[in-house]
Amino acid sequence: MTDTTPDRTHTDTAAQDVETQGGDRAQYGMCAALAGLGIVLLVNSAQLAPVASSNDSLGPKVIPTVLGILLLITSVLYAVDIRRGGVGAADEGEDVDLGAKADWKTVGLLVVIFAVSAALMEPLGWVIAGTLLFSGSAYALGNRHVIRGLLVGLAISLGTFYAFAIGLGVNLPAGILQGIL
Amino acid sequence: MDNLNHLLDGFVNVLTPLNLLFAFIGVVVGTAVGVLPGIGPAMTVALLLPITFSLDTTQALIMFAGIFYGGMYGGSTTSILLNTPGESSSVVTALEGNKMAKAGRAAQALATAAIGSFVAGTIATALLVLVMPQVVSFAVQLGSPEYFAIILLAFVGASMVLGSSRLRGFAALLVGLSIGIIGIDKVTGQQRMTFGVPQLADGIDIVVVAVGLFAVGEALWVAAHLRRKAGGVIPVGQPWMGKQDWKRSWKPWLRGTALGFPFGAIPAGGAEVPTFLSYVAERKLTKHPEEFGHGAIEGVAGPEAANNASAAGTLVPLLAIGLPTNATAAIILTFLQGRGLEPGPLLIEKEPVLVWTLVASLFVGNTLLLLLNLPMAPLWAKLLQIPRPYLYAGILFFATMGAWAVNGQAFDLYLLLGIGLLGFAVRRFGLPVLPLIIGVILAPIAELHLRRSLQLSHGEVSGLLGGPVAWVCYGIIVLTILWPLIARAIRKARGGKGGPGEGLMAELKDEVAA
Repeated sequence: MTDTTPDRTHTDTAAQDVETQGGDRAQYGMCAALAGLGIVLLVNSAQLAPVASSNDSLGPKVIPTVLGILLLITSVLYAVDIRRGGVGAADEGEDVDLGAKADWKTVGLLVVIFAVSAALMEPLGWVIAGTLLFSGSAYALGNRHVIRGLLVGLAISLGTFYAFAIGLGVNLPAGILQGIL
Repeated sequence: MDNLNHLLDGFVNVLTPLNLLFAFIGVVVGTAVGVLPGIGPAMTVALLLPITFSLDTTQALIMFAGIFYGGMYGGSTTSILLNTPGESSSVVTALEGNKMAKAGRAAQALATAAIGSFVAGTIATALLVLVMPQVVSFAVQLGSPEYFAIILLAFVGASMVLGSSRLRGFAALLVGLSIGIIGIDKVTGQQRMTFGVPQLADGIDIVVVAVGLFAVGEALWVAAHLRRKAGGVIPVGQPWMGKQDWKRSWKPWLRGTALGFPFGAIPAGGAEVPTFLSYVAERKLTKHPEEFGHGAIEGVAGPEAANNASAAGTLVPLLAIGLPTNATAAIILTFLQGRGLEPGPLLIEKEPVLVWTLVASLFVGNTLLLLLNLPMAPLWAKLLQIPRPYLYAGILFFATMGAWAVNGQAFDLYLLLGIGLLGFAVRRFGLPVLPLIIGVILAPIAELHLRRSLQLSHGEVSGLLGGPVAWVCYGIIVLTILWPLIARAIRKARGGKGGPGEGLMAELKDEVAA
């Protein structure tokens, strides 16, 4: 069985690259997010009503508080590690080319298309929102055969709707096409 | 002998025409999805989870077993025919397998992988049948303090032993645990981390977390770094092996199985270490050392067998104790929990037929896989040429379907996107996914056992130490945490050779690269 765990040790050369470039500073963002999560946990657990019961000596507050403190400690150690030039090896994959710069336009477009499709799922239904999601994502990822993308999207949306919603009873919304499909 | 009878009952359950059909569908779909580049076994299983939703539990288990082995086998085809690094545990298969394919021996590489997977899967499933009842009879004696200690050991193993950076592993674990405690506290009924959002009161569904992390996160990550030119696919005909290939393969299969099964069965196991170990062992034992690095069949046969055997091994702690030790096992646990089944000794006592049906399905799925994959390999190879925009758009599409199918609410899709972005971030910054997903799944169970132990001891912390099992677990945990210090001390005593301790995997990787 294989795991998708990124599990690559950084080599000496990678560490040297980072030193000459001044470190992978974006990591501080992750570090800040960890600290932020820790603070949210601490604030949230402080707001919980203290429950003293002989049956539950721990209460609901202890675990979130401990997690919050550990997150704050970890984020400090993380920051120290980054300062010393520590890098986390980015995940590799069959279709991943880490040599090229990150393509933020594609990612942003995908996120927007995904969010719009999610919002349209309830009112318009699976077939329309699914077609939009598939063909839109394919376009964002570089597919320039727009018509073909739409047709493929429509085909798999209809196919999955009939196979899963009608055939297997999986819960998918019909939306405005209710009664037509 | 009781178990054997249950297993036979299990076979009776599986071997009906309708159920064989479900097993067949599971194997075909699992392989087809697993072959697709960029889709590892964990993602295969996560994406295909929804198609079992509406089946009854027995049929869902049967189909699921097929998906499980199919997804794994699919991954090895990808790494042999495409020369790009895929999941960490098929890296080794690619090492020699792709060289063989380039030298025109793709058919033999695929054959030894398929037959080796079958041999290893069958032996390892048989070992599962032998070992699981022992582990169960051991596990029934365990109380909450012991369970809590074992879960902590799994946390430490997943976050600190496998990855390259202990700090990043621990950070990922903490994020997972924080997600895991979202929802109503079961003891006091108070809402934690829900911020007044009613949909969060029941916690985040683990299917949404798994699909978000493995499918959406991966798709977004690949989208940011999509190869301009997809790697060349090596065409292949019907897999077959000559007499010489059989002679050179059977020992590596058995050795790989022997290495893979135990590593899969321990917490902090996983397939990576045994596949690398198997490769190193085969290179040392081979009579054809000159072929290594240029496509030696032993280098495919051993690691592939180790990979499959460790997969069956992970089912031991999963079914007997309820402890997932790798990402795919974590998703299987999700699947069982979604069915209202809580894996552990009680499940086997209460629903023996169900558990043994799953085991029987593994045997059947594994056999179907062999019958299916040898003739269908050329077709699978064609799947590798699927245009990447369609592939990743399809992943997002099916991820959406899976997340919607859980509760039928748009809120889950926004959550899916959020967790997908988290999945993107952890891939970008090299935080391992495994401790994250294990944290999400085990956080509620760990807290339950912790509070129950303290309840039993009336709040005395000493109650956590429980019996010898807990002592051993805490002992290993302390050793693991202190390991860098210990390693440094040993190195000093030896005369200060080598850099700071990087752990077992780093050493193995150096060895393989040598």
